[in-house]
Amino acid sequence: MIEREQVLHVAKLARLGLSDEEIETMAGELSGILEHVDRIAGLDLEGVEPTSHVVELENVLRPDEPRPSWPRETVLEQAPDPSDGAFRVPSPQAEA
Amino acid sequence: MSELRRLTVTEAAARIAAGDVSPDEYFAAWRDAAAGDDLNAYLWRAEDTQGGAEGPLGGIPVAIKDLFCTEGVETTAGSRILEGHRPLYTAHAVWRLVAAGAEILGKTNMDEFAMGSSNENSAYGPVLNPWDHGRVPGGSSGGSAAAVAGGLAPCAIGTDTGGSIRQPAALCGIVGLKPTYGAISRYGMIAFASSLDQCGPLTRDVTDAALLLAAMQGRDPCDSTSVGIEGGVRLPDREDLSGLRFAVPAELARDSIEPGVREVFEATLATIERLGGEITETALPHAEHGISAYYVIAPAEASSNLARYDGVRYGLRAETAGDLVEMYETTRAEGFGAEVKRRIMLGTYALSSGYYDAYYGQAQKVRTKIAADFSAAFAEFDFVVTPTSPSVAFGLGEKTADPLAMYLNDFFTVPMSLAGIPAISIPAGLAEPEGGGPRLPVGFQIAAPAFAEQKLLDASYALEQAIGFDARPEGVGG
Repeated sequence: MIEREQVLHVAKLARLGLSDEEIETMAGELSGILEHVDRIAGLDLEGVEPTSHVVELENVLRPDEPRPSWPRETVLEQAPDPSDGAFRVPSPQAEA
Repeated sequence: MSELRRLTVTEAAARIAAGDVSPDEYFAAWRDAAAGDDLNAYLWRAEDTQGGAEGPLGGIPVAIKDLFCTEGVETTAGSRILEGHRPLYTAHAVWRLVAAGAEILGKTNMDEFAMGSSNENSAYGPVLNPWDHGRVPGGSSGGSAAAVAGGLAPCAIGTDTGGSIRQPAALCGIVGLKPTYGAISRYGMIAFASSLDQCGPLTRDVTDAALLLAAMQGRDPCDSTSVGIEGGVRLPDREDLSGLRFAVPAELARDSIEPGVREVFEATLATIERLGGEITETALPHAEHGISAYYVIAPAEASSNLARYDGVRYGLRAETAGDLVEMYETTRAEGFGAEVKRRIMLGTYALSSGYYDAYYGQAQKVRTKIAADFSAAFAEFDFVVTPTSPSVAFGLGEKTADPLAMYLNDFFTVPMSLAGIPAISIPAGLAEPEGGGPRLPVGFQIAAPAFAEQKLLDASYALEQAIGFDARPEGVGG
C-alpha cells in the first residue's frame, strides 16, 4: 500500500508537482498497480541474469572526430527563454 | 472512395512508376481525404508534396505518428509539454521513407508519449474508431491505425513499445507489424522506453507492410542498437503453410478472451491447418507475468527518458515566481497528462532506493525468463500465435477510470516486446462485442524468432490470402 508520504517523496524525486487531489488518486492507483506487479515478487529467480537489453552488443565505437553541429542561434530558437546565446533559468535558490 | 484510393500502396507505387498514375494526382487524392478527417486522427496535415525522390515508394504519401521528429514540422508526441515544438532534424525511419520516394502526408494523433492503449491519453483529444465513432481505435498509434482504416491515409508508421502498433491495428481491422528490436533505427523517435521502443508499419495488407519495412530497416550510425535485417526484406509470395509449425501458448489462450474474439481465433487456427500448417499447444510459463514485468520496466525507463522535459531547452515552461526547482515541478505538472504522471511516478518508485531490487531487478529477471520461454518454443516451432487483443474495440471512456484494466489490454502483445522479437497483427474477421452491437474487427497475432521478418511476412501473406478479410468501415469503400 502506497501512503501519501511516499507519493510526496517520489514526486519530489521526479520533480513533478502534484495537486492534493492528484496525490490522493495517485496513492490509490499506484497501490492497485503494484499489487498486480507484486505477483512476480514470489517467483524464485535466484541466479537468473537480469535482461536490460535484448540485442547483444558490446562497445559500439566510432572514431572521435570533430563534426559540424547546429549553429547556436538555431538551437536557441526552441528555448522558452534564450538570453545572450544561452538558456536562461530562474535562480536555483529561492529569493528570501 | 476514389478509384486511386482503392489501390494498395504496392499497386499504386507500381502504377506511378509505370507512368499510369501521376504522383501529384495521387497525393492530392489523399491530401483531400485527409482534410476530411472526422476521426481526430491527424495533428498536422501537409499541403503539398516535399520529397519527390525516385524509389520503391515513389509518390506514396505516408501518415507519420507524431512521435517521430520531422524537421521544421510541429512534433508533440501527443503532449502539451511539446506544443509548438519544431524539431531540428528528421527521424531516421522517416528520412529513409522519404529517400525511398515517400511523401509525408501528415502527423498522426497518439497517446501522450505513446503511453496508452486507447488514444484517450492524447493532450489533443481522443481518436475515434472508424468502425464505430463511440469506440476507441486502440493505442498508442491510434491515429495512424484510424487514418489507414478510415480511408484517410494509404499507409502509416507508428511505434510499438508493448503493443502500440499491433493492438490499434487489430482494433481498426488493418495490418500492424512490430519488427525485431534493432531492425529499424530509433534515432529521432521520441523516447518512451528505450529498450523496448520499435518503429513499424500500419497498412492495409501484409505486402504493403513488407514494402514499408524494406524501406525503413537497416543500420544507422546514430542508433548503435540498430542492426538492420540481414539480407533485407522482399515482398511476400508464399501460398501455403505446409511444413510450418504454429504454437498456441496454453497460458495465454486460457486467459479471459471475449467469446467473439475466441471464435475468430479458433477459426483462424482451422484456416492455418487447411493451408497445411500444424497447430500445437505449448507452454510459455512466464508470459503471464509479462504485464507485471512490463509495467515496471517501461515506466522505469520512461521516468528517466522524460526527465529531459524540464522547461529549459525546448517545449513548455510554466510561469512561476519561484526558484529553479519550482519551475521544473510546475512545468512538468502543467505539461504532462495524468497517465504520463502515473508512469513517471511508478517508474521513479520502482527505481528508488530500497525498492530497486524488488521491482526493477526482479522485472529484468522475469524478462530473461520470458525471452528464454520464446527461445525454447522456437526450437520446436516456427511461430507463436495468439489473439492480438483480448477484446474488440471498447467504448470511449469505458476503461479510463481503471488504469490496471487498461494495462491488461496489452496482455498478448507485451511478452514479444520484452523478448524483442517480431510480431504482426493481421485482421482475421469480425466479432460482436460483449454486450452486443455491430461486429468489429479481430486481430490475429503471429510472432517469430528475432530477425525472421521475411518468414513472418511470407506466412502472414499466405494466411491473409486464405482469410480474405475485405470488410471496411461504413462509408469507407475498398
